[in-house]
Amino acid sequence: MSSDAIAIQTAEATGQPWVQTLHEWVTTVDHKRLGVLYILYALFFLVIGGIEATIMRVQLMHPHNDFVSPQVFNRMFTMHGTTMIFFVAMPILFGFANYLVPLMIGARDMAFPRLNAFSFWLTAFGGLLLYFSLLGGNGLYGAGNAPDVGWWAYAPLASRAFSPGHSSDYWTIALLVSGFGSIGTAINIIATIVSMRCPGMTLSRMPLLAWMNMVMSGMVLLAISPLTAAQIMLLVDRYLGGHFFDTQAGGSATLWMHFFWIFGHPEVYVLIIPCFAFASEIIPVFSRKPIFGYPVMVGATVCIAFVSMSVWAHHMFTIGMSSYANSFFTITTMAVGVPTGIKIFNWLGTMWGGKIQFKTPMLFCIGFLFQFLIAGLTGIMLASSPFDWQLSGSYFVVAHFHYVIVGGILFALFGAFYYWYPKITGRMLNEGLGKLHFWLFLIGFHLTFDLMHIPGLLGMPRRIYTYEPGRGWDTINFLVTIGTFVQAIGTLVFVANLVISYFKGAKAGNDPWDAWTLEWSASSPPPVYNFASIPRVSSRRPLWDLKHPEDPDSHYE
Amino acid sequence: MSTLATQLPDNSTAWKLPYRGRIGMACLIIAESAIFTIFVVAYLFYAGKSLSGPTPREVLETPIFYTICLLSSSLTVHLAGKLLERGRRGTFLLFWLLTIVLGALFLYGTGQEWHRLIYERGLTISTNLFGTTYYALVGLHAFHVTAGLILLTIVLLFGLAGRVGSEQSARVDVLSLYWHFVDAVWVVVFTVVYILGR
Amino acid sequence: MRIVEKIKKEDWPAIISRATGVALLLAGVLLAAGLCAATPQDNSVPSIFDSHSTPADSIRNLSLFVLSVTGLIFLVVFSLLTYVVVKFRSRSTDGGREPAQVYGSTQIELAWTIIPILIVVVLFLATARVIHAIQDAPKPAEAVEVTAIGHQFWWEFRYPGLGIVTANELHVPVSDASRPTPTFLRLLSADTDHSFWIPQLAGKTDLIPNRVNEAWLDPHKTGLFLGQCAQYCGTQHAKMLLRVYVDSPEDFKVWVREQQQPANEDGNEAAGRRVFERTACLNCHAINGTNGNGRFGPDLTHLMSRRTIASGAAENNPQTLRQWIQDPDSIKPGSLMPAMKLSDAELDALVRYLETLQ
Repeated sequence: MSSDAIAIQTAEATGQPWVQTLHEWVTTVDHKRLGVLYILYALFFLVIGGIEATIMRVQLMHPHNDFVSPQVFNRMFTMHGTTMIFFVAMPILFGFANYLVPLMIGARDMAFPRLNAFSFWLTAFGGLLLYFSLLGGNGLYGAGNAPDVGWWAYAPLASRAFSPGHSSDYWTIALLVSGFGSIGTAINIIATIVSMRCPGMTLSRMPLLAWMNMVMSGMVLLAISPLTAAQIMLLVDRYLGGHFFDTQAGGSATLWMHFFWIFGHPEVYVLIIPCFAFASEIIPVFSRKPIFGYPVMVGATVCIAFVSMSVWAHHMFTIGMSSYANSFFTITTMAVGVPTGIKIFNWLGTMWGGKIQFKTPMLFCIGFLFQFLIAGLTGIMLASSPFDWQLSGSYFVVAHFHYVIVGGILFALFGAFYYWYPKITGRMLNEGLGKLHFWLFLIGFHLTFDLMHIPGLLGMPRRIYTYEPGRGWDTINFLVTIGTFVQAIGTLVFVANLVISYFKGAKAGNDPWDAWTLEWSASSPPPVYNFASIPRVSSRRPLWDLKHPEDPDSHYE
Repeated sequence: MSTLATQLPDNSTAWKLPYRGRIGMACLIIAESAIFTIFVVAYLFYAGKSLSGPTPREVLETPIFYTICLLSSSLTVHLAGKLLERGRRGTFLLFWLLTIVLGALFLYGTGQEWHRLIYERGLTISTNLFGTTYYALVGLHAFHVTAGLILLTIVLLFGLAGRVGSEQSARVDVLSLYWHFVDAVWVVVFTVVYILGR
Repeated sequence: MRIVEKIKKEDWPAIISRATGVALLLAGVLLAAGLCAATPQDNSVPSIFDSHSTPADSIRNLSLFVLSVTGLIFLVVFSLLTYVVVKFRSRSTDGGREPAQVYGSTQIELAWTIIPILIVVVLFLATARVIHAIQDAPKPAEAVEVTAIGHQFWWEFRYPGLGIVTANELHVPVSDASRPTPTFLRLLSADTDHSFWIPQLAGKTDLIPNRVNEAWLDPHKTGLFLGQCAQYCGTQHAKMLLRVYVDSPEDFKVWVREQQQPANEDGNEAAGRRVFERTACLNCHAINGTNGNGRFGPDLTHLMSRRTIASGAAENNPQTLRQWIQDPDSIKPGSLMPAMKLSDAELDALVRYLETLQ
């Protein structure tokens, strides 16, 4: 087909030496290649983070187990949290944004391609630095080890006094560096969306994925910065004798908490909003209807972004703030549930009256809806300050946020993989393996994370390497661990599918799903310049207008 | 076919979007403002809470002259930009150089003040809470001034090599936006440290 | 239009997945309910729903209300989702036409904005009442005052009004609704952040260095209540356990009197006492009446009045006591007590001496 003629020749076609291909990939500034690099990087660390989780779950299978020592366990939960948030979730979402945003707005690349590459390599270096701590963490004192202060590194536990050696420094600097990478990508996404949309694509005609990544990037600018500031302060304390968080000198441990959670809470919305974007693109296509209430979806997202900057101290309900402060953060946290709920209703409204096709991307999105609903409701429970005085710091919270991150974010991500893999590689993922992956993962997820709520209600705190028998926690912990293995098998099926389909999958063509946004007008994979000529649009679904010239969207909205 | 040419009814109004350099710099400024805000919050939170050591009232001297230098440099950089737009390269370089000199003077002033505080008054970053928050906040600002001066100097060198003309006006304008930001931050830092904090 | 139409083969996966989800969820809920109902009377399961103290009761009642409201929301939305997935699935008899393209509806959007806002208002008002009731509760004159100091990895308890210093096991009197005798705690920390959590008696409150927090218990049932540190504080966070003994008023008086005595003077064990005073023990530990007044480790004056050692990590009997002194890492690896490297003779003498500290 003509797409091959004008597409850039691949290594197989030209027979160039692998060193040259490697060099092209390492020096690329093309948003599509950088997107793929981000995604592959994140998948690698997903496996590492999963191994860390499995180690913890095996240790917790029985009370007083001795699979690993407390020192190793404490490093595991620190590394697991840090890895999953900063070196899996952030990169993979930036990867999808990088790949899709220019294609969906009819641009040839991001606004600042070299900044794009620089941001990726900063993030990548940060991850490597974090894991280098395993070798270099203890400095001169002995064999290195990884940070063990939890992924929030509360003061004064992370200070020199309680955290000698360099393990905490690796944590701090790795995140500082990758934080700059995140800010760089956020700047790039916003500049691209504001300045490089194709003619006719006003902001209100932009795909929701573009809107949501723009909002997410705005939040990154405002949320990562407090963490950057706090980490600089921590380094000042640890290296220059500063007293920012030095309680012996009158410093405040709670100040670190405020700074950390001013980052930490918006961060989780940074992670979920792009997943809202995936659902908002996939659900309409597989329901064969446009998204219900586009302006409300945009408004609700912006609303979430603003309100979520005011809820951070719900992570600190137990630190002894006044009743007025606790009440304030209770109401803001409950309030942020309203626009979030509105979005769930809008997705339901999209499916209502549609013709739902249960292909794998849609299965994962339906799972996402169901699980995100539950996660949001347990969030409302945690928003109620007194209820949180019991549940905070317990396995109920761990279950809640894994419900959001695995049940919400990861499920939506899996949906995105199955949906856009054909565009990125030119081949379809195997539908049978996809459904097997879905089922295994669904069962394993629910086995682990439904049950995990219960020990929290029965008094089991988090971040403990072992627990006392006979408190009603034993059997449930055992079953929770079994679920981990089921999820692991599901993930292996997924990875196998990714690899096998790359070589043997059915050819996808431009538009395997009969979708409506601009990326489906380019070939699969798109040529390096994306579009032969910059498109011109006059509605939210340009391809719908082309396929249905008698009934274009531009007549209605 | 690799792309569908989505040729739809042409609306002949021109499609003009904001300059991406400006947007990018605005985003950077937003992020940097958030970082500075946290340092300002820490400074205000710890004001008066030091357990020992020198207090702001005892040791700080208000740097009026150097502040005027820095704030004037905003004016000179603005004028330089306007001159470049009009193609007046020579005068542009003059005002640009003046901006750099004023900024460098400010840095010299900061250095002089720190020297006095450390060697004459015994205030270091590890002395007490005031020392920690003061050097961190003023130091972070000075770091941004230094970065700005380096960038301004690079443009100066390109200008001296005859490479900066009115076509580069938009890019030069982006850099002056950064410089204005640095000055605006100083207004806040100055107010917090030398007026409120005492 | 029939709501449930003939289900095609390709539709089964989605429908089964929904059913599985429901089944798992119901199983979970039933399990939870069963666990709560089946909580043994001996307080061995520290369930937040098995509350025996006023603040914990208030929280339990609020939680049940919140659970009902969220449960109702879940049922409604979940039913809608199931309905949509079943009714609007595509069928091969469709004719391949696209369904009606609906873009939105202002009335519906308003409805599902206003109703959630109302729910939030109701939940917030219910919550705010309980926040104030617990946090702003006045302290009656008969309240017992305790200062709790969190250490890595043990609890120090002082009763300033009664002149008592003890560790790890807290004794409080049961409180009668007619004449309440709650216990008010001042929470401090000697090193990092900790959190005091006895689920059956109160919500948790953190112990933060350079900060004074307050909490209160108002137990109305005697017995032993279990808890542990709930804020990661370092290597042995997991074994910083808590035991709260709620005593009858008479038992509490007896306990107070015994704790107020100086250390038991048993001349037979002078050798052991010499070991305590001459080795590094007294740098960290205090025994009222000896030279030992170290505060880094627990006060040992009435060590034998406690059922456990090492903050609940082991039973208090001669064998474990001996093991603990000789090699703490074998019981609590990473705890801050060093291995004392005593000779067997010294160790035996010391243990015999400590056994006299009733």
